[in-house]
Amino acid sequence: MTDASQTRLARPGASRLWSAARSILRDPFAVAALAIYLALTLMAIFADELRTHDPTQILFRANGRVAANQPPGEAFLLGTTNLGRDIYSQLIAGSRNALMVGVTAAISVAAIGTLVGLLAGYFGGRVDAFLMRLADVALAIPFLPFVIVLSGFLRANTWNVVIAVALLLWPNTARVIRAQVLTLKGRAYVEAARVTGASDMRILFVHVAPNILPLTFLYGSVAIGWAILTEAAVSFVGFGDPSRISWGFMLQDAFVSQALSRGSWNWFLPPGLAIIAVVIAGFLLARGAEEVLFPKLRS
Amino acid sequence: MSYVLRRLAHSLFVLWAVVTILFLMFRLMPGNPLAAYINEQLNEEDQRQIMAQFGLDRPLYQQYAIYLWNLLQGNLGMSFFRREPVWDVIVSALPNTLILTTTGLLVAYLFGVLAGAWLATKRGTLAEGVIVPAALATRAAPEFWIGMILLTLFAFTLGWFPSGGANSAGAAYASEWDRIFSIDFARHLFLPALTLALYLQGLPLLLMRSTMLEILHDEFITMARIKGLSPWRITLRHAARNALLPVVTAFALGLGATLGGNVVVETVFSWPGLGRLLVGAVAQSDYPLAQGAFFLISLVLISLNLLVDLIYGWLDPRVSHD
Repeated sequence: MTDASQTRLARPGASRLWSAARSILRDPFAVAALAIYLALTLMAIFADELRTHDPTQILFRANGRVAANQPPGEAFLLGTTNLGRDIYSQLIAGSRNALMVGVTAAISVAAIGTLVGLLAGYFGGRVDAFLMRLADVALAIPFLPFVIVLSGFLRANTWNVVIAVALLLWPNTARVIRAQVLTLKGRAYVEAARVTGASDMRILFVHVAPNILPLTFLYGSVAIGWAILTEAAVSFVGFGDPSRISWGFMLQDAFVSQALSRGSWNWFLPPGLAIIAVVIAGFLLARGAEEVLFPKLRS
Repeated sequence: MSYVLRRLAHSLFVLWAVVTILFLMFRLMPGNPLAAYINEQLNEEDQRQIMAQFGLDRPLYQQYAIYLWNLLQGNLGMSFFRREPVWDVIVSALPNTLILTTTGLLVAYLFGVLAGAWLATKRGTLAEGVIVPAALATRAAPEFWIGMILLTLFAFTLGWFPSGGANSAGAAYASEWDRIFSIDFARHLFLPALTLALYLQGLPLLLMRSTMLEILHDEFITMARIKGLSPWRITLRHAARNALLPVVTAFALGLGATLGGNVVVETVFSWPGLGRLLVGAVAQSDYPLAQGAFFLISLVLISLNLLVDLIYGWLDPRVSHD
């Protein structure tokens, strides 16, 4: 977006997106959300520099003993696990997995939901009926059990979680976008485009789609949190990717290693708080965006 | 009446679709579904016999027909590991899951709706500044993590509640009802139900609050004020009743997540319900049991959705007359 004014003249939708972005920056909650995303991204990029130990390595104390269940301190910022692994370094390493899962799932959910919503809303009739029945079915499948069966029977792989999230979470996005498309379809500029002989695809993607992009971003941002929560839950019940350190893996590790009965708060509190921070960022952004999209709530 | 029939037909359609997806999901899984059943020492002829016994030697569409027919009769096959009919296993776990879910939901929605309505009248106070972020945080937290904290606090540190299971070891009861209404069961239920309720209350609370805030500016509320009705009566009888509709919608949309979320809560508290059964079955590659547990969870979900639809039609008559 090098020349905003020119884009604005060219497309009404782009200007709406731009003004939405500007009013989001004026909302303190949305700024807080963006700050959390920025922190997560930086943590993931500089994970190797930020961590103090190898997160998978068994560490030893000066006297040669395994540094198991160490309390937080100078040597181990958040203490160690029962097998002598550094919790702080695991927490940092987990941010990579969270970012990866969150962003890919959010993009897939937003893309599928937007496409389905656009097609169903614009073409109506049988296309609409078929896609909305499909949405009903997707919503009737119990979400977490589905993800667990999929990642339990297929290989334990983070991508299976992303696929499952994408397969089941698009309907909410699709429904909202469909409703929005229904109201846009009757607008004068869409009529005008049709009169000039623009094809359906051109009207849909050039004239209608830009106007629903804020909604796409809104649902995408909420999906980031959902995907991270789902990955954590799947890891927690034991079907996570064993080759990756994630916050869900840390919680499962703590749970099965009796960290609870030992009262090792330093082990299972931080990963949960990290997850909350990222999920809340999605909520805050959605809240900010809601006020931009539905100004009625602003009063 | 036709509204009820329409919703019923729709539910049956969705159930059929889910059952079909379930069939395909389990048939297309990698590996032979009889891998756990077929002994390597069996010769090829024996293996073929077992395959025939399960109908696995036939084309897919015939397998599908057999599967549907068996399902209609409540025949879900034998669990590979338990060597019991799947139906018996899942039906014995169903009450535990239903009780946990409904207790959690009831507490969460009762508290959430009342607290949300109350908060709407407390705009700009300290209570709002504390409760709204707290509700947001519990919604954002992993359910099982809330459970882990409650478990550490109330079971391991304070020792007030048992750390897992649904009944103390060795306890015997005359009937299922005696078991469910025992104090021992209630003590076991407390923490998992509280976990579920804590996780779920955020949505009704926040939604109720924001809808109430909107409605309290509406003309009919001003009218009620002019009529001199008491603020409490206006809040409850006029505003809250109308604000309930979005909450019911959200309730319906969230049911899937709620029932699914049970899986992790049941795992944290070793609660012998459907979710824990499913996790165990998947871990042991017990295909029939996993399929049966998944089927029953879906069935409960679809039935609850139907119930919510019917309640919605009753709450908002505009819905049922189109």
